[in-house]
Amino acid sequence: MEKIWNIAVKYWPKLLEGLGVTMEMTLISVVAGFLIGIVLAIARVYGNKFFYGLSTVIIEIIRGTPLLVQLFILYYGLPPLGVNLSPFIAAIIGFAINSGCYQAEYLRGSIQSISGTQMKAARSLGMSKTEAIMQIIMPQALRRVIPAWTNEFIYLLKYTSLAYIVGAPELMAQAKFIASRNFQFFEVYLVVAVIYLVVVLLFTKIFSILEKKVEIPGLEWVR
Amino acid sequence: MSEENVVLKIENLKKSFGDKEVLKGVSFEMKKGETKVIIGPSGTGKSTLLACINMLVVPNGGKIWLENEEVTSAKNLNKIRQEIGFVFQDFGLFSHLTALKNIMIGLTKVKKMEKEAARELAMAELKRVGLEKEASLYPAQLSGGQKQRVGIARALAMKPKIILFDEPTSALDPELIGEVLSVMKNLALSGMTMLVVTHEMGFARTVSDEIIFMENGYIVEQSSPEEMFKNPKNQRTKEFLFKLNELYGE
Repeated sequence: MEKIWNIAVKYWPKLLEGLGVTMEMTLISVVAGFLIGIVLAIARVYGNKFFYGLSTVIIEIIRGTPLLVQLFILYYGLPPLGVNLSPFIAAIIGFAINSGCYQAEYLRGSIQSISGTQMKAARSLGMSKTEAIMQIIMPQALRRVIPAWTNEFIYLLKYTSLAYIVGAPELMAQAKFIASRNFQFFEVYLVVAVIYLVVVLLFTKIFSILEKKVEIPGLEWVR
Repeated sequence: MSEENVVLKIENLKKSFGDKEVLKGVSFEMKKGETKVIIGPSGTGKSTLLACINMLVVPNGGKIWLENEEVTSAKNLNKIRQEIGFVFQDFGLFSHLTALKNIMIGLTKVKKMEKEAARELAMAELKRVGLEKEASLYPAQLSGGQKQRVGIARALAMKPKIILFDEPTSALDPELIGEVLSVMKNLALSGMTMLVVTHEMGFARTVSDEIIFMENGYIVEQSSPEEMFKNPKNQRTKEFLFKLNELYGE
């Protein structure tokens, strides 16, 4: 126990630096993925044949291939084509696209769970389709997607550890660096596991507070 | 009555879904201030007819006019829809907005009214349906009858030329039907033009100017309530009214 504590104290600056990169990657790609997800989900639910098809193809390809393969394509596959991305940027692009496709599917389910009569009612008031989506459907769909979205956030936070493979200096990469110097693999990775766990629990709590905060009165019992 | 008084005119309206022809040429018109009730067995195109009138469902043939404007060829549908109120069987209230905001949103976002003016008008309409105390409640906190009255107030606030009611009481518990019907009756008396799909024969008998009996995509018979109930001409109308009578026993 003391050994573990000593490791944590001794390498704290390095680990903190890694955690910083991890959080930066997570937050940037989850937000970018969210924007991608909204566009893809709306295209899938409300788009014409072309946009529906395009969105479906993108989602299926991304969901159907391993994230690691996608990262390798971005980092190792693009330079011969003249596109050189830093590990950090390549990882963020990969995570954002990947997460965007998952978020799109969560959001699609959430949009489709809202009664169709509300859309009809909005249109019959004279709202355009876009207005109805923005004013009526989205405010409700976004509330309903929070639990699934929390899940996605947690996944992404942990999956950013894959970025160490392409050389981004995130938490996992720091841990590997430290462990390979002192050979205390068990202790180092245990400390890292605890760090991930604490951060995940923290964000889970934040999102559950958010969920309660935006809850629609009268619908509490549904939970 | 002169032609100017015609609010809604429907001519040979047709609609098919795939191979299934739901409306097979429906024609009728409504004058300002009239209340007409559409009755008929389920699946005979009554709801489709209403949805066609504000082009939520696009018809395959025929023409619809709202006053002098042809709805079926209109480019500015969003403008026309503001003038056609629609009340839904399952209310269609916006779950994330209070009763008051449900009414305000059409005024502020569509009619671009000032927020304060919209609030005042919305409040007045809520008062008209007897729900000023419930203004700040959300749909999930209202009873079915209250929800439907908010739905009516929302339609009213847009100052429509006509309101279409699609089975407004069919989703309600029996003891809540009365409050909605009484709001509708007052509306009719105040001179609103109303087209109502319903099975409430009491309402049809006492409030409507004319009853339209539809079956299999056609209008089988249309006449005044007295005519329709005392002396239906068509055999199918007789049978249908008899069945309704058996069910609801007037």
